[in-house]
Amino acid sequence: MIHFVLLISRQGKVRLTKWYSPYSQKERTKVIRELSGVILTRGPKLCNFVEWKGYKVVYKRYASLYFCMCIDQEDNELEVLEIIHHYVEILDRYFGSVCELDLIFNFHKAYYILDELLIAGELQEPSKKTVARLISAQDSLVETAKEQRSSISNIIAQATK
Amino acid sequence: MEQLKTIGRELAMGSQGGFGQSKEFLDLVKSIGEARSKAEEDRIVLHEIETLKRRISEPDIPKRKMKEYIIRLVYFEMLGHDASFGYIHAVKMTHDDTLLLKRTGYLAVTLFLNDDHDLIILIVNTIQKDLRSDNYLVVCAALNAVCRLINEETIPAVLPQVVDLLSHSKEAVRKKAIMALHRFYQKSPSSVSHLVSNFRKRLCDNDPGVMGATLCPLFDLITIEVHSYKDLVVSFVSILKQVAERRLPKSYDYHQMPAPFIQIRLLKILALLGSGDKQASENMYTVVGDILRKCDSSSNIGNAVLYECVCCVSSIYPNPKLLEVAADVISRFLKSDSHNLKYMGIDSLGRLIKMSPEIAEQHQLAVIDCLEDPDDTLKRKTFELLYKMTKSSNVEVIVDRMIDYMISINDNHYKTYIASRCVELAEQFAPSNHWFILTMNKVFEHAGDLVNVKVAHNLMRLIAEGFGEDDDAADSQLRSSAVESYLHIIGEPKLPSVFLQVICWVLGEYGTADGKYSASYITGKLCDVAEACSNDETVKAYAVTAIMKIYAFEIAAGRKVDMLHECQSLVEELSASHSTDLQQRAYELQAVICLDAHAVENIIPSDASCEDVEIDKNLSFLNSYVQQSLENGAQPYIPETGRSGMSDTINFRSQDQPEASMHGLRFEAYELPKPPVPSRMHTASLEPSTELVPVSEPAYSRDTHQVATVPSVSDAGSSELKLRLDGVQKKWGRPAYSSSAPSTSSSTSQNTVNGVTQVDAAGSVISKAHKTNDSRKPRVEISPEKQKLAASLFGGSSQTEKRPTTASHKVTKAGSHAAGKKSQAPKSAVVSNQVTVEKTIHQPPPDLLDLGEPAVPSATPSVDPFKQLEGLLDPTQVSSTANHGAVGATESPDIIALYGKTPASGHSSSAAISLPTNGDGVNFTAGLLDATISTTHAGTTLPTQSIKGLNAKDSLEKDALVRQMGVTPSSQNPNLFRDLLS
Repeated sequence: MIHFVLLISRQGKVRLTKWYSPYSQKERTKVIRELSGVILTRGPKLCNFVEWKGYKVVYKRYASLYFCMCIDQEDNELEVLEIIHHYVEILDRYFGSVCELDLIFNFHKAYYILDELLIAGELQEPSKKTVARLISAQDSLVETAKEQRSSISNIIAQATK
Repeated sequence: MEQLKTIGRELAMGSQGGFGQSKEFLDLVKSIGEARSKAEEDRIVLHEIETLKRRISEPDIPKRKMKEYIIRLVYFEMLGHDASFGYIHAVKMTHDDTLLLKRTGYLAVTLFLNDDHDLIILIVNTIQKDLRSDNYLVVCAALNAVCRLINEETIPAVLPQVVDLLSHSKEAVRKKAIMALHRFYQKSPSSVSHLVSNFRKRLCDNDPGVMGATLCPLFDLITIEVHSYKDLVVSFVSILKQVAERRLPKSYDYHQMPAPFIQIRLLKILALLGSGDKQASENMYTVVGDILRKCDSSSNIGNAVLYECVCCVSSIYPNPKLLEVAADVISRFLKSDSHNLKYMGIDSLGRLIKMSPEIAEQHQLAVIDCLEDPDDTLKRKTFELLYKMTKSSNVEVIVDRMIDYMISINDNHYKTYIASRCVELAEQFAPSNHWFILTMNKVFEHAGDLVNVKVAHNLMRLIAEGFGEDDDAADSQLRSSAVESYLHIIGEPKLPSVFLQVICWVLGEYGTADGKYSASYITGKLCDVAEACSNDETVKAYAVTAIMKIYAFEIAAGRKVDMLHECQSLVEELSASHSTDLQQRAYELQAVICLDAHAVENIIPSDASCEDVEIDKNLSFLNSYVQQSLENGAQPYIPETGRSGMSDTINFRSQDQPEASMHGLRFEAYELPKPPVPSRMHTASLEPSTELVPVSEPAYSRDTHQVATVPSVSDAGSSELKLRLDGVQKKWGRPAYSSSAPSTSSSTSQNTVNGVTQVDAAGSVISKAHKTNDSRKPRVEISPEKQKLAASLFGGSSQTEKRPTTASHKVTKAGSHAAGKKSQAPKSAVVSNQVTVEKTIHQPPPDLLDLGEPAVPSATPSVDPFKQLEGLLDPTQVSSTANHGAVGATESPDIIALYGKTPASGHSSSAAISLPTNGDGVNFTAGLLDATISTTHAGTTLPTQSIKGLNAKDSLEKDALVRQMGVTPSSQNPNLFRDLLS
């Protein structure tokens, strides 16, 4: 099971955190500090895995952003590496060649996508298409809601004229 | 350029409204992003939090604005600041009717709250409502929140609705409902135990996503209780087969792999189901073998699946063929340049080594490279592997390496871990007492504060009790070497407290035992210790008691004791100590010293630390004293129950509540039996108990098929620190995972010297056997140092290989037989002698059939081919075959003659393929002949090609035949059979 997902920039700035196991705010800060200390200092050709307090942290760097997931001892590291990649691919498809700025300004979108990909610390949907479909369904609903609202306000505006 | 791009993006976002965010928010994010230091960032955030606090509690905020505020809160929380003042607003937002806001609300609460937060209770009602919504997106959002927020108490509130959603028309909802139930199961197994059948049902869902999701809870359920899911083996296998054959929709492909994530989950489940279950495992061999063969090893995801296959192969009932393929995968991993793959290779080597200990040897240099790699992760994994392959012959090298590494790191968590590993290995495999003591000293010196206190106590006990044998000389030698090393080490500054306690105790108990050191010398040292750690009362207490013991022994031996001056001052100081314990010890010391020899000997007998102290609970030794008092007119003792006045109530009460007899008061209400609460619980938990009884199955089953008979050396040991002292001596000198009785005689130091050459030889043999793989790798570059290390690590195992195996387990025999032959075959005359020797051992006819034992799984399990063989072949024929084989090994011309004949016989045995059940004697003998030849020839005469060209079905049938013949095909063998049979 995945205990948490972290996105950290190369400078150690947090871009996204998602906790699937209970951690208090204090613990969260501590975890982020410790892990960014460990992961950001690792050389480029080393393993993408770090053993950490009885857990394993799998990380991968995309441009200036580190994607980290903390998993149990018995989980398959290579698989988790691919889950990270899977997520990045979906983000890429959604934002259209995603970059760190997209995630900085639209972190809540990244959360929604993550929620469709992982649930309760497990991969819930291995198909990129399905995730994309669900997200666009949500977005279109939001759009229609917006349109409705604007049209209603137009009507009201016209009526009150 | 970069900046232009940035600006462009920002503009684009601005024009889109940045998915509906205001300029203000974008500016905020930007200013935080541009903050030069953490302090500056904090300042901005804190300022912003203040304004937000004010604004968010204003009345009548437009919803759109509120949504943005909530997102800002999420952002601050993400940056590690406390946004708890806004939680309630997020909760309120979940009540909103529009999905847009509701979704934001749910996102915020799932990020803010843990499942034990007080506000959860305010959300449950909304969740209930939303789960019933017509809009499936609302339901999805609610289910996301359910997975995160619902705790044990609130499960019943939403459970019925979640169960209803299992049959929702949208697959996304079904999937999330499954995962929610899985979460419930993790939080409180009893709450959903009656719903377990739903998971089985959903396995047949026509949406692959839902089916894949169902595998998660099933994996958990199967982990706990394997037996009730054995019926699903066939389903899982057929699903896996379909997935691997690309029957799923294209959209589940990932980097050209068919649904790898589902494959991995299925393999995990199969590994559980097949563990220690031959019958179940037989169903899996084909599909796992197919995946292993076909899987694309160039992509990362392909390797992930391959790794999972190796895990599965090493967990299920062993199949020599699969183990062979798995070993190939591992060697591919280890030879890779990628650190990730090396890491996985080391890990899977550690798994497979339980099954076939000899495979580590091929990779000795790769393992040593990993051990010396600068990458800590890889290094630690390699230590893990070494831990698994430790035996008495290599324990010194391994533990030394571990301790060196332990000293070099700062990570306390891992330091503790590796220290306990060192202790465990030292206890199990220590070659000599002296080494053991020295090793323990090092561990205590560098990680003394981190190791469990029990380890120290066990060390003391070990020194006191000796190593279980009635060899007093060895025991006293152990003790004096301990004393010596402690006296040597005692002067060092900053020793950990636990270690000092051990030192004090041992010096007190045995410091003067061998007469080498005088009492005053030892007590002087002890006084120094007590003075040096003036803050540590435990150490002081140990020191004082030790001093007392030393003096007591002196007095008992009839020698005159004159207390050292510093000792005296120490005792005086302690008798005025704040600690009553120290005071008492000091006074006791003073009292003991004044007694005569006889009394002292009774109080503190020499070397009696491990004798049981018998406690006379009846205080019978006081009988005469009581008698005397009674005669002098004292009142006799009246038992409490018999005392006047109390008797009625007490008697009455003691009928049902004897333990309450201390109290004088009675409370009627307490005596009424009140079963309802517990009984309800009981019935509730009764029905699940049939399904959810936690069985310690994995551990058990692992044991059953574990190769070595050593009782789960690592399994049990890794988690607990406790010493298993009983039978420690027995374990010494025994191997961890190698089945054969290893290095019984040769002492380790010699071994390392000899080992160099030995391993060299073995290594070159292997390289010959694996010509295709190894020959291009030049061996020159390997430094002698590494070779030496390799020799000392792996030397033991190369020795064992040559010895005929004695372990009773079939599989081991199979494995080592195959390996033994593989490596022996290329060696010409010398080794073939050995083959002959082996053959002669097997000379008696029934034993020859033993050769066929490795055929663990036969493709047609209903028929036992060896039974048939036994019936069909008469003894003479068999022995002649045996001779043939033996001759074949020694006289090469003969082999060629035989080899020439093979096409014909091969033909006849290919006829046997079609009718494997009723093959006649001729076919079988012919086949057997072939088999014998092939084993002796493996790897030498054959051209090595890849197996790819083989038709899968064809090769399967051949497999079956091969297994019936009783041969373990090495990697080259399939080609042999291809040549022979087709």
